[in-house]
Amino acid sequence: MPLYLNDEQTMLRDTAKDFVAEHAPVSHLRSLRDKKDEAGFSRDLWKSFAEMGFTGILIGEDEGGLGLGHVEAGIVLEEIGRNLSPSPFLTTAVAAVEALKGSPHAAKYFPGILSGDTVAALAIDEGAKHRDTVALKAERSGNGFKLSGKKQFVTHGHVADLLIVAARTAGSADDAEGITLFAVDRNAAGLTANPERLTDSSLAARIEFDGVEVDADAVIGEIDAGRTPLDRLLRAGRTGASAELLGVGGGAMDMTVGYLKERKQFGVTIGSFQALQHRAAHLYSEMEVARAAVLKAAQLLDQGSDRADHAVSVAKAMTALATTLSVQEGVQMHGGIGMTDEYDIGFYMKRARVLAEMFGDANFHAHKLATLSGY
Amino acid sequence: MTDTTLDQFRTETRAWLAENCPPEMREPVRSEKDAVWGGRDQSNLTPAQKSWMDAMASKGWTVPDWPKAYGGGGLTPAETKILREEMAAIRARNPLNSFGISMLGPALLKYGTEEQKLTHLTKIAKGEIRWCQGYSEPNAGSDLASLATSAESDGDDYIVNGQKVWTSYADKADWIFCLVRTDKTSKQGGISFLLFDMASPGVSTKPILLISGNSPFCETFFDNVRVPKANRVYEENKGWDVAKYLLGHEREMISGMGLASTGGNPLIDGAIATVGLDHDGKLADPLLRASIAMFEVRSNAFGMMSERFIDELKAGRAHPAQPSMMKYYGTELNKSRYELMMASGGSDALEWESDRSNGGSTPRAWLRTKANSIEGGTSEVQLNIIAKRILDLPSA
Ligand SMILES: Cc1cc2nc3c(=O)[nH]c(=O)nc-3n(C[C@H](O)[C@H](O)[C@H](O)COP(=O)(O)OP(=O)(O)OC[C@H]3O[C@@H](n4cnc5c(N)ncnc54)[C@H](O)[C@@H]3O)c2cc1C
Repeated sequence: MPLYLNDEQTMLRDTAKDFVAEHAPVSHLRSLRDKKDEAGFSRDLWKSFAEMGFTGILIGEDEGGLGLGHVEAGIVLEEIGRNLSPSPFLTTAVAAVEALKGSPHAAKYFPGILSGDTVAALAIDEGAKHRDTVALKAERSGNGFKLSGKKQFVTHGHVADLLIVAARTAGSADDAEGITLFAVDRNAAGLTANPERLTDSSLAARIEFDGVEVDADAVIGEIDAGRTPLDRLLRAGRTGASAELLGVGGGAMDMTVGYLKERKQFGVTIGSFQALQHRAAHLYSEMEVARAAVLKAAQLLDQGSDRADHAVSVAKAMTALATTLSVQEGVQMHGGIGMTDEYDIGFYMKRARVLAEMFGDANFHAHKLATLSGY
Repeated sequence: MTDTTLDQFRTETRAWLAENCPPEMREPVRSEKDAVWGGRDQSNLTPAQKSWMDAMASKGWTVPDWPKAYGGGGLTPAETKILREEMAAIRARNPLNSFGISMLGPALLKYGTEEQKLTHLTKIAKGEIRWCQGYSEPNAGSDLASLATSAESDGDDYIVNGQKVWTSYADKADWIFCLVRTDKTSKQGGISFLLFDMASPGVSTKPILLISGNSPFCETFFDNVRVPKANRVYEENKGWDVAKYLLGHEREMISGMGLASTGGNPLIDGAIATVGLDHDGKLADPLLRASIAMFEVRSNAFGMMSERFIDELKAGRAHPAQPSMMKYYGTELNKSRYELMMASGGSDALEWESDRSNGGSTPRAWLRTKANSIEGGTSEVQLNIIAKRILDLPSA
């Protein structure tokens, strides 16, 4: 499979580009922020994503979705990133869908996801840094389980309809196995979600599980073998977050290059200064390399390749590096105006930081790559 | 082409390679001497090197995607990719390194006359004639179009006078492709592209010693060298078009140099050998491990970029200035790879002459990589091209 978009994918990209730019440009984020919106995203916008069919990209055609793959999900996410559009697309239509695929929960939740009524959140992180560890306990109780422990960085966790929770049913926190994945109703008794506004003005919750009782049929996949759906969720989430980061970095770069062509100092456009040209050209190179990595990871995931994990970590680390450079250079090359709230470039810097952290930062994935490579 | 035909091609290719690639040619190239460059004088080739080059040439697979009429394999892009994958899978070496293949060949395919193609391409494909590149001059480096070597018309011939510099392997090459000035009144519009035999009377070379202690580079002098006009590629005074096209291919080749296709990872293997693994199976030097891992992120991603670039080139979708980006990124990356090779090798990597160090192959290669971002157009020149031609930034 060649490493560029085919004709159908290019068409999808054009559609997504127009749609997101029209319905959720940066000004949409700005207005949500200015009115301190309590959801952090627009339910109406989520509905229109559904009307476009986007929420069903990864859902099979027999289940009412489009039956497409991670390449296509990434195409939509890149446009979401480019416009900094707040939406539960990554958590719901990508990560949660992948976790639920093939389980009885699919029949229960996919219709709501397809119609844009259901929002899912991922309760997988327990510390301030994303790790592959799970300590939150699930003990057998009655015909089900009782969950106790804490999660954090749960985006949309305070408004989601469904929480995907990684819990420990055997072994200790660092063990790879002994994990069980649960589909939990956010309104379950004993569950408190405390939302915090993040740097990029999105909301993420710290969640406490105080003996939350769930039925046995809340289990996604097999008891103690939740690693399988969890890994599926993580691969999809990491790849999707990379695609969104690519959009953030690309959007910031386009703004910056545009500014270089328009701003005049010393009687000439600043883009004619070689010192800035070289930095812009270097940035372009980093972004192109990151773009190739994202597409490769998505293609390998779609092919079910055993090289996918490797490529996913490369993509997540590489997009974090390139996009961080893009937003930093963006603010610097805009000069003073780049530091003003009125100008959009700062919004890119904030979103990039959040997405770089989500599902593991560059260091986490470089470490993972090293481990996968045996050193 | 259907998938089944491609599958069949893969199966046949795999079997043929298994049969024809000698075991010695499935080991990484250890030093510059190990690489095969072809040429009139083949006395220094080992039997394995010779048989591997000849076997590949007999299938046209030294240049798999060139037309069969010119010694190529006539393969489609998909078949070429399969051949490369199958070679990589058995860590097969490149059978033939050659400026003829990577630089002159593509330019001749585009700009050469039928006669020039028939005369030169087959010999390149078979590794019979070794070429060198006469572009740079003492006063024309980055500003190549200011070159002064002159070619005066004399009936059916040109008389060439002047000096070139940095001519890699000029002392070992059989022929040269050379930029000369045929009109002094126009800078870029006064250059012509000539091919001639290095054995022609009036050609002499003098080696230049590099900081790596090696000397494959030369100053090359032309003293009334007579070159038939039939050896001019494309029109008189239009050689700059050929030169630029060829440079695009040169940049592509240089950008790929860091991507050793022969399997294994000398950087990681070397680091494990010197600092060892701790009880968790991690490199025992955590900061070195972190530096290598971060480098591997970029290097893997760049490998993916290279794959994408080749796919886009084949589909005619690549931006014409994209080789500049590949050259810039690939060479800077390769330099940082060798910085890490030196850091992880420690004092072992400092030995310059010992057998254990294979004659100082690592430090010499480390020093040699510093030229990657100079030869074929410096990194600064590539960034200028990206800024102007891709990002469309204004001129000063
Ligand atoms: C190992 C090696 C092998 C080579 N092989 C060959 C060969 O086989 N055949 C051949 O013809 N040539 C060859 N070259 C020559 C090579 O192409 C030139 O060295 C190169 O183009 C740079 O030219 P220069 O050395 O004159 O440096 P200069 O052009 O003098 O550059 C000096 C410095 O100024 C910078 N600079 C120059 N112009 C600009 C600008 N406009 N903007 C910003 N910075 C600028 C450069 O980037 C560099 O840092 C080789 C060189 C090396 C080192």
